[in-house]
Amino acid sequence: MNSELMTVNFGPQHPSTHGVFRLRITLDGETVVGLEPVFGYLHRGSEKLAEERTFTQVITLTDRMDYTSAMTNNQAYVLSCEKLMEVTPPVRAQYLRVISAELSRIASHLIGTGFLINDLGAFITPLMYCFRERERILELFEMLCGARITLTYMRVGGVFQDTPAEFWPALDSFLTDMEFHLDEYESLLTGNEILLSRTVGVSSITTDQALNASITGPILRATGFDWDLRTVDPYEVYNRVNFEVPTGENGDNYDRYLVRIKEMRQSLSIIKQCVEQIEPGKVRLDLPFLIRPDSGEAYGRVESPKGELGFYLISDGSISPYRCKVRPPSLINLTLLNEMIVGWKVADMIVTLGSLDFNMGEVDR
Amino acid sequence: MIRQLNSNEIIKLLGKDFDSQSIDESKNELYVSADQLTNVCSILKNTKQASFDLLTCISGVDYVEYFQVVYHLTSTIHKHSCVLKVNLFGRSDLVCPSVYKFWQGADFQEREIWDLLGIYFEGHPNMKRIFLWDGFEGHPLRRDYLESPR
Repeated sequence: MNSELMTVNFGPQHPSTHGVFRLRITLDGETVVGLEPVFGYLHRGSEKLAEERTFTQVITLTDRMDYTSAMTNNQAYVLSCEKLMEVTPPVRAQYLRVISAELSRIASHLIGTGFLINDLGAFITPLMYCFRERERILELFEMLCGARITLTYMRVGGVFQDTPAEFWPALDSFLTDMEFHLDEYESLLTGNEILLSRTVGVSSITTDQALNASITGPILRATGFDWDLRTVDPYEVYNRVNFEVPTGENGDNYDRYLVRIKEMRQSLSIIKQCVEQIEPGKVRLDLPFLIRPDSGEAYGRVESPKGELGFYLISDGSISPYRCKVRPPSLINLTLLNEMIVGWKVADMIVTLGSLDFNMGEVDR
Repeated sequence: MIRQLNSNEIIKLLGKDFDSQSIDESKNELYVSADQLTNVCSILKNTKQASFDLLTCISGVDYVEYFQVVYHLTSTIHKHSCVLKVNLFGRSDLVCPSVYKFWQGADFQEREIWDLLGIYFEGHPNMKRIFLWDGFEGHPLRRDYLESPR
């Protein structure tokens, strides 16, 4: 039976777009036959703003990019600055950065998992389970720096301050409980028939497609390709800890979910090893209040929960960066939207958007 | 570790077919003229010794006297990376060849540079603004766009 094609604006205010993201979709009945993403609703011109701020002030702008994992944004930026200035932070600071970045990764993946299940139709309950644990991570961040979302914990040459005494017992009890909670999620979700029938084989991509489209992070690893900057290009103290890089097989929605769950377990293991290895010491280099790196440029990158997050910084010797270009994984991971979504039903599209786990603050900047 | 290649190593990878007259040698990056870019990218993507299969990042920079497009490339096979730079002179009608046909990942990044810096990428299938709306005037990331409030 033939039906007339219909163009629908999906978003920008739709709960499953996870922010203000608009898709102009062409529908044939319930099947998506064409799609065009429209960005820019959250564009704040962060790169332009960075040109008018000092190197330290720019850290606050990075918090507001991927606001679900501000720690890794801070880390990517300060690493680029340190590369530009050719300084190395004290070892204790590096451990603290890795611990907080991995906590951030767990917090971000909890949001990714929770919203995926929410988009599947399991309204609110699984999401609140995930938020229960995320809340404890935010409390840990509050102990570290006083903020919960916009952290600004890291500084060029170290971190803002040493940990308070109550941080370590709280971290310990979180690590113990989180193992149990991950088992709890998996017992509810991983073998769940509804989850399997809705996600297995849906919107799968191959490794070649993903690499050609510069897709990184869990989406690339779900296709079965082992590419994690923490192991291929170790920064900070990642070469002192042992962990595996989980990969999927089919690159479909289910594998993306599974890779995130497995990554959270690895993050817990990384934090535990760091807690064992960390020793007292300085947490910050004595750098001047206004940093003036020599003229030059540096590209620093980290493995953020969404993929490769890079900062390309150019300095002309003044107190603010001449150019601060961000390589946003969330934006670039959306390159293959057409290949993933066209041909599937609207309901599958919503699940795919959930499994891509993008963040509009980072897409639009 | 991912090793960054210097310009001499990149020139070696490009082989004899490549006309090395038109490039400046410098330390960590290779300057390529806009006419040569398609040729260079084709060699870097497709030859076995280079196999730069991952286009990490494309950045545009406004140096006032000229514009620069910077390509960060990575090879997941050989675990090496390189930096290519293209200088474009003038303030209007800037055109750079698109690398979309080699790496689809250039799609949104080239559109972003066109939107914010006004460098047109020839050969891109969907060259239009990405963040700002179609009727927007000017390209806000240029140094002369306006004095921003402090």
